[in-house]
Amino acid sequence: FLTEILIFQLLKVHLIMMLPSYFLIITLSDLECDYINARSCCSKLNKWVVPEVIGHAVVTVLMLISLHWFIFLLNLPVATWNIYRYIMVPSGNMGVFDPTEIHNRGQLKSHMKEAMIKLGFHLLCFFMYLYSCPIRA
Amino acid sequence: MQLPSGYGSHPPNYSAPSGHYSQVPNKAAASHLDNQYRASYYPTYYSAPAQNVMTPPVGTSVLNTQESQQLYNKTPPHTGGSAEGPIQGAISSASYLHTSAQQSYSAFGNHYSTSVSSSVASQGFPLNSDHYTMPVVSSAVYPNVSYSAAAGSVYGQAFTSQSLPAVGQFKETNTFSSQSTSVPHSLQQHVPVGYNTTLSTVSSAQSVQDNLCRNLAGSVAKVNNQINAGGIDSSQPVHPVSQSVLFTKPGAGTAVSSAVISSVRTPAPSLSSQPRSSPSVTQSPELALQEAIDSSSTTSSASPVLNNYDALEGGGYPEARSVTSSPVPAPSVPQTSKASKPFGYGYPTLQPGYQNAAPPTPVQPSNSGHHPGFQHYPQQYPGVNQLSSSLGGLSLQHSQQPESLRPVNLTQDRNILPVSSVPAPVPNLNSDLRKLNCSPDSFRCTLTNIPQTQALLNKAKLPLGLLLHPFRDLTQLPVITSSTIVRCRSCRTYINPFVSFIDQRRWKCNLCYRVNDVPEEFMYNPLTRSYGEPHKRPEVQNSTVEFIASSDYMLRPPQPAVYLFVLDVSHNAVEAGYLTIVCQSLLENLDKLPGDSRTRIGFITFDSTVQFYNLQEGLSQPQMLIVSDIDDIFLPTPDSLLVNLHESKELIKDLLNALPNMFTNTRETHSALGPALQAAFKLMSPTGGRISVFQTQLPSLGAGLLHSREDPNQRSSTKVVQHLGPATDFYKKLALDCSGQQTAVDLFLLSSQYSDLASLACMSKYSAGCIYYYPSFHRSHNPAQAEKLQKDLKRYLTRKIGFEAVMRIRCTKGLSIHTFHGNFFVRSTDLLSLANVNPDAGFAVQMSIEESLTDTSLVCFQTALLYTSSKGERRIRVHTLCLPVVSSLADVYAGADVQAVVCLLANMAVDRSVSSSLSDARDALVNAVVDSLAAYMSTASNLQQSMLIAPNSLKLFPLYILALLKQKAFRTGMSTRLDDRVYAMCQMKSQPLVHLMKMIHPNLYRIDKLIDESTIHVNDRVVPQPPLQKLSAEKLTREGAFLMDCGSIFYIWIGKNCDNNFIKDVLGYPNYASVPQKMTQLPEVDALSSERTRSFISWLRDSRPLSPVLQVIKDENPAKTDFFQHLIEDRTEAAFSYYEFLLNIQQQICK
Repeated sequence: FLTEILIFQLLKVHLIMMLPSYFLIITLSDLECDYINARSCCSKLNKWVVPEVIGHAVVTVLMLISLHWFIFLLNLPVATWNIYRYIMVPSGNMGVFDPTEIHNRGQLKSHMKEAMIKLGFHLLCFFMYLYSCPIRA
Repeated sequence: MQLPSGYGSHPPNYSAPSGHYSQVPNKAAASHLDNQYRASYYPTYYSAPAQNVMTPPVGTSVLNTQESQQLYNKTPPHTGGSAEGPIQGAISSASYLHTSAQQSYSAFGNHYSTSVSSSVASQGFPLNSDHYTMPVVSSAVYPNVSYSAAAGSVYGQAFTSQSLPAVGQFKETNTFSSQSTSVPHSLQQHVPVGYNTTLSTVSSAQSVQDNLCRNLAGSVAKVNNQINAGGIDSSQPVHPVSQSVLFTKPGAGTAVSSAVISSVRTPAPSLSSQPRSSPSVTQSPELALQEAIDSSSTTSSASPVLNNYDALEGGGYPEARSVTSSPVPAPSVPQTSKASKPFGYGYPTLQPGYQNAAPPTPVQPSNSGHHPGFQHYPQQYPGVNQLSSSLGGLSLQHSQQPESLRPVNLTQDRNILPVSSVPAPVPNLNSDLRKLNCSPDSFRCTLTNIPQTQALLNKAKLPLGLLLHPFRDLTQLPVITSSTIVRCRSCRTYINPFVSFIDQRRWKCNLCYRVNDVPEEFMYNPLTRSYGEPHKRPEVQNSTVEFIASSDYMLRPPQPAVYLFVLDVSHNAVEAGYLTIVCQSLLENLDKLPGDSRTRIGFITFDSTVQFYNLQEGLSQPQMLIVSDIDDIFLPTPDSLLVNLHESKELIKDLLNALPNMFTNTRETHSALGPALQAAFKLMSPTGGRISVFQTQLPSLGAGLLHSREDPNQRSSTKVVQHLGPATDFYKKLALDCSGQQTAVDLFLLSSQYSDLASLACMSKYSAGCIYYYPSFHRSHNPAQAEKLQKDLKRYLTRKIGFEAVMRIRCTKGLSIHTFHGNFFVRSTDLLSLANVNPDAGFAVQMSIEESLTDTSLVCFQTALLYTSSKGERRIRVHTLCLPVVSSLADVYAGADVQAVVCLLANMAVDRSVSSSLSDARDALVNAVVDSLAAYMSTASNLQQSMLIAPNSLKLFPLYILALLKQKAFRTGMSTRLDDRVYAMCQMKSQPLVHLMKMIHPNLYRIDKLIDESTIHVNDRVVPQPPLQKLSAEKLTREGAFLMDCGSIFYIWIGKNCDNNFIKDVLGYPNYASVPQKMTQLPEVDALSSERTRSFISWLRDSRPLSPVLQVIKDENPAKTDFFQHLIEDRTEAAFSYYEFLLNIQQQICK
């Protein structure tokens, strides 16, 4: 029963977590097309970094607690990457997305790629949980 | 051919009898120019978005488009290869028409007295030859001039320019050699100056209307402008700005007394006006409008008078004029040619016309012998055959194995340094394009042969990128005032010499290959006063041009020049005594600050509190307002802190006189830099402008406070160098805020201890400011630094400045920019936001090849810098560079520009050391050499693998990389203070190539035997040319004296046994022992060796904007380590010698 609720919650969580990725892609492509300023783009995106990190970490920990090993292992690398990325921001930078660097060294492209992968991951998880629900119920 | 009526009615104007012009009231005419501008200037609300740089031209151009379509709807569209034909013709025939403009920047550093002079040599235009009945005299003479001038100009080793055996008066012409191909003749105008004049007298917008209806007022305006220009010139402060073109005519470089100019210039208008036609009187208003528009373009670019050889020299060359101008009988030569304009001429004959354009008898360029890299014109000009070849202008020369590929055995060949400075490689283009190409001083590419694919580029292991110096001081710059600026409709590229004209009415963009219509206005060529020759417009004849922009290019009315000085007055600062120097320099240069009547200035000082100064006009003395609430800073009287420079000049002077003594007894040791900057930002944000911050210590109070991060014991560490990045994002955020409000922050750091430049520098880096650093500055204890500050300030305060600028870099489809280097904020993928731009700022970009370039043989790069001049004009400076595409690896190496490669690598290494680590960056530098040489050796199969072989073009590569590794920025193992290191990195990122190369690899000359050296003549002085010496102690002899030119400092090293005569004559001391330890000036001794030495040093100095400090070093002087650390070929405890470095590379290659 607990699992069901958990899975259900997870569905919601992943739905919510898809939003940042989706939002990220839209904002970055706006930036690419020069619809918005790098400054405002980055401040928008940086707001979402911490919630995303926390959300994902919580989900992962919950998985571990409820002993869903497979889902835990699936989530772990992504969560680790999120945390790593957040920690490794140099002290002088204005967050994960820095307006002064985003156009340099293909950062925009790599951010874009990362957002795409994450979106794919969340979609995958979403459907996995969705179909694992009835089986367990 | 049937012409639309509005169109056909022009010609009568132009062919109307000459001589009318002198009767047109000058005053009325003069207003035309500025009104032209003002019309666009006054709309009160500019709602266009930031990208409206790209707004398509509206208004008249619409009309024109329709017309042109009408005209051409039956013309079959040309496509592909066949379309290339005309351009060749166009270019070749166009080469007879040389637009020239001299901008006397050198003489008037900060105001734009620009002259555009031009003419046509009609013989080159068979197309029109029936109309242009050019007298024999002129046609015979012109080609000669044009070639030699062109040859001299583009890549001119213009040492020769003085000694040119050119014909008669044209001798002077050749000396214009700078970048654009130019034969200046005939008339010149002082468009901007004229504009400025009237701007300052604020004539009202009312005249816009009547001006629009006035026919051809523009050209008259020009006449008047010249007079105005004269007047203005003399009223302008004249200050000597050393010009960036080394080789100029006497008088051009040195500041010319403006009075001379004006007096000499005055005769020009009367001469030039004669041949002009007068407007036809009866015209419908609509036509008149059209006419006015056309005439505006006339104004812009020049006028068609052919005879005034003298007039064209007017600008910066008063002597020349004074000799030639008055005596030359303004004669009549052009009268015939000017009048008949090809009225209704049939364009279909275009093709044959072009083909005929092969030069009749190209006269041998008189100075060709001096340009080894520059083939003679006749040889390059195969005539009709080449023109008709379908490749046309795109055909490359595959003549012989280029010199640049000659293999050089680095380990054996010890003398690889050239005799004089290293020349920039010349792109392998045909001579026409080569002549038109952008000067390597402004625009350089690391590979002058662009590889076809990214794969090929990867194989070459060389970085592809551009090095830009877009705003450098130019002596010669065509300025174009035109109501429509012709740009590609899809990619917004500005029309440039490398576009192809498919026919008279259409041009093909060279960046995106879109076919565009030629606007009606563009069809009229103001230079020749002829119609239907768009390919002869100055825009298409010069790869560096400046447009006066219309209101389409403004988001708001152009801002005034606003300067704010933020001065540290804590105990530390007062102790160092910099205030006296700053205030003194400001007092001296107050009148020379670039600006107009709206210029505003303000001062803020800070210690633990922030002090503002009320300088409102009417006060009896400056009022100090102290704000001690630094956590929530506010402006006490926002209106009266930034005041008009002219209205409050007395108060400002009072303040500057008082300031150095106001804080003498302060005990305040804290520094609240952050709050002061926040206040400065608040003060500047309504207008934008420049903030100059003087800081002497680590900020210790309020927002943005910093802590010492340097561990002195780690200074000479060979392992990790930490803290190269900023400690806080406060300064970065502030800079971005400033940048958003068009404010740049320039930092002067004068500190004796660690001040965390890595963090502080952010305020300038991202707001497009500049950084100056004076380690251990003290006014009396360290006179060399004090002198340097003084000189830097003089340049800083008086140099040209552009406000609210943006720079866009475009490149041919298939190439893309992926990283930018320099001080700016990247606003979008190709747009750099520069709150201020100054002539000493350099930029670099790295490029990648996204799509293969197989279907093109040329690629082009264009930078457009849109800025507001200090006179409140919106201007666009456009540089276009054209390079060939190659498919073989050998060709890529043949075209490598080693200096550009090294500068780009330096920029990349700085990025790498901040984002990763210093040792990574060092490894990357070494790997760059190893990889590229290994790749080269693998292509050349016949080479012995045991030797270290480099192509001739890259023979200096290992040397420069070694020099880079021994730079303060990248060296390890030697004690280097963190701030010094960071400053060196900042310089690498923001200095233009010329300065950076001097910093990386200084020039060493032996100067005790200058009398024996070969000499050149510059400005009537004899300048000796000693050969470059290797940077190695083996070259130093105790019997000699050596000069090392490090860019910002000159060292003169005196050997122990140096000839006493030299010491006596040059240094002014009886013997070696009596030469003092600290000597910073050479006395004027009346001896040949002294004169030669001084002329050599001043010649070196003249070639750069910053006047370097001179330091005489005796052999046993403790300061000699400064000198010896630049001897990069020698071994140090921590680093390889050059030979060891080569062996190391060889080892790694073989591995």
